[in-house]
Amino acid sequence: MAHVSLKGVCKSFGRTEVIKGVDIEIEDGEFVVFVGPSGCGKSTLLRMIAGLEDITAGTLEIAGKVVNDVPPKDRGIAMVFQTYAIFPHMTVRENVAFGLTINGVPKAEKAEKVAEAARILQMEHLLDRRPSELSGGQRQRVAIGRAIVRDPAVFLFDEPLSNLDAALRMDMRLEIGKLHQDLGATMVYVTHDQVEAMTLADKIVVLKDGEVMQVGSPMELYHHPANLFVAGFLGAPSMNFISVETQAVSDGRARVTNAALDPIEVSTTGRDIQTGSKAILGVRPQYLVPSATPSEGMLHGNVLLTERLGAETVVEVGLKDGTRVIAALGEDRVLEPGIEIGLGFDPAQAHLFAEA
Amino acid sequence: MASRLTTSNRAGWTFALPGFSLIALFIILPFFFAFGLSLTNQRLVSPNPTQYVGLDNYRELLDLGVITLEPERDEAGALLRDDDGNLEYPRVREITRSDDYPQYSGMREWFRWHSGDIAKVVVASDVVFMKSVVNTLAFVVVVAPVQAAFALLLALLINQRLRGINLFRTIYFMPVVVSIVVVSLLWRFIYSGNDGLLNNLLGAMTFGAWQPIDWLGNTDTALGSIMAMSIWQAVGFHMVIWLAGLQTISPTLYEVAKIEGASKWQTFRYVTWPGLRNTAVLILIVITMQAFAVFAQIDVMTGGGPLDSTQTLVFQAVERGYGKQDISGGATISVILFLLVLSISLVQRYLTRERR
Ligand SMILES: Nc1ncnc2c1ncn2[C@@H]1O[C@H](COP(=O)(O)OP(=O)(O)O)[C@@H](O)[C@H]1O
Ligand SMILES: [Mg+2]
Repeated sequence: MAHVSLKGVCKSFGRTEVIKGVDIEIEDGEFVVFVGPSGCGKSTLLRMIAGLEDITAGTLEIAGKVVNDVPPKDRGIAMVFQTYAIFPHMTVRENVAFGLTINGVPKAEKAEKVAEAARILQMEHLLDRRPSELSGGQRQRVAIGRAIVRDPAVFLFDEPLSNLDAALRMDMRLEIGKLHQDLGATMVYVTHDQVEAMTLADKIVVLKDGEVMQVGSPMELYHHPANLFVAGFLGAPSMNFISVETQAVSDGRARVTNAALDPIEVSTTGRDIQTGSKAILGVRPQYLVPSATPSEGMLHGNVLLTERLGAETVVEVGLKDGTRVIAALGEDRVLEPGIEIGLGFDPAQAHLFAEA
Repeated sequence: MASRLTTSNRAGWTFALPGFSLIALFIILPFFFAFGLSLTNQRLVSPNPTQYVGLDNYRELLDLGVITLEPERDEAGALLRDDDGNLEYPRVREITRSDDYPQYSGMREWFRWHSGDIAKVVVASDVVFMKSVVNTLAFVVVVAPVQAAFALLLALLINQRLRGINLFRTIYFMPVVVSIVVVSLLWRFIYSGNDGLLNNLLGAMTFGAWQPIDWLGNTDTALGSIMAMSIWQAVGFHMVIWLAGLQTISPTLYEVAKIEGASKWQTFRYVTWPGLRNTAVLILIVITMQAFAVFAQIDVMTGGGPLDSTQTLVFQAVERGYGKQDISGGATISVILFLLVLSISLVQRYLTRERR
């Protein structure tokens, strides 16, 4: 059982506090993604799990055992780095077998394990090559192979796809997903790319400035973001935010409006919102529907820019109160810049946040 | 486009010109000059006209012969022995000065060995030169590997993140920036036989049991003493080169080794040393060349003595060219040295070539 549990984990480099008390539970066999903007402490957190960084405060348990002071090799983890970190002077075979060589595993067993890893990753034909003869994706596969032969309870990935080009990234993403299915091991995956997070994760941990913003399944986070940060971070294009005034609050619903918005009622569940206070209304671009006549819909403004992508049209609209919003339409549509436009949406798909 | 290329080229050449002409004037030209001189009988100052002598200078330096001597017998055929019981042999001088053996004329004994009763005597037309070749080779063979190894050791030690490590870096590097002449003078005091620091130190450590040695005045210790001092003096320079090499190795590779639980030695063997390959080749070649050029230490500390035990090639070249005003002889030695260093460097390049 490779349950990973972080309790009140903190990390400081000298005086700077980088991780500020993090609690995360990772179940056995779960695929957990740490996501957040660059510099929020994702790598630091992962490296603490790996044992490459000391834990300043709090406890880290792997498989029910506190491992704060256990050296990396005894934690039952394997790590895959963004920069591949494979040895240029060794062949692929030697690279994959590196950990086995270090630990004096007999030749036959070594060959067997390397062959097995190569089979899983479909790279048998690469085994005798040198890293310089491999593409980026192949190199990362070698690094994953090296992790597999360790037979770890927990795989740790630190932005493994960030150095790959877009097309390859998607292939490898699918492959890592498949690897998780095949091996059933616990995996912790760090990325700043929300698409990777949404597609791979059983559970996403959103981090910001060393603090956990929200933990949950991808759809939970997408449809019920706990705060403005999570709402804005997940989803592409990101959620539109409109400053509104609250006219009335009752029964978990609030009536909000502003210069460009006809009064509507939205849910306030779980939010601290009072009558007369300022609030922020969030609507995803995909839920904004332009109507032919400007007077229809609830939001009113002018088209600033249209990007036609074929199957999709992205429209930037300047609202009457000065806010700019994006609408993403699932069809090809011509909307001339400058024309007046009305945008409708289902209030059930709108989120209301207290003013930050 | 073409005109821009030529103008920028012209600017490039203009910048390169000062350096290039200095190199041509002081390195390339003198080299060909020396080669030309080595084929003449030119003296530094001489009333006689210079003559072309072909390879005579080379012959005078390099001619070798082996003379087999039978032990002396009395009329009855019994072996004659001297007072100590050693066999008696004819004098080598009787052969090298005899008109019956023109091939040995002018040669002197270099060394001899015995096989059975027979003595084999190696005679050379220039024994001092031969000794300088042997000393120089010995110097290179000892200094190059020992200095490289010490320098690597120091580089590994100071490549750690410790408080005050910069102090050590400075200390180790200090001898490099002090003039070799000054260093040599200081070490003459250290090695002094009367009241030298080294003898005093050894005396103190052995509670007075140590018998003082005149380190530089003894044929057994003179060359070794100069080697030790030379290694100490330049080790900091090579340490810095190793250090530069060490810092090109990706820290992530060390983390991989750490996760696999590699010991210190395994980390060195699998991560550090392979990563230093190119640096090692560079250092090997640079140290070899520097060691072949050993001069200042000899000039200041021993002047080639005692009994020619510290003669070296460059010292001989200078001594002949300027001391004895035999500029063609000195030039010949430098050409021989050049060919020697060139061929050794080529062999080193070949042995350390990138293998695929
Ligand atoms: N060794 C270190 N010393 C000092 N500060 C560090 C060190 N490693 C990371 N940091 C700081 O910690 C913060 C988080 O870094 P990191 O975990 O690498 O972020 P992320 O992986 O989310 O981009 C950054 O502000 C970074 O500057
Ligand atoms: Mg990172």
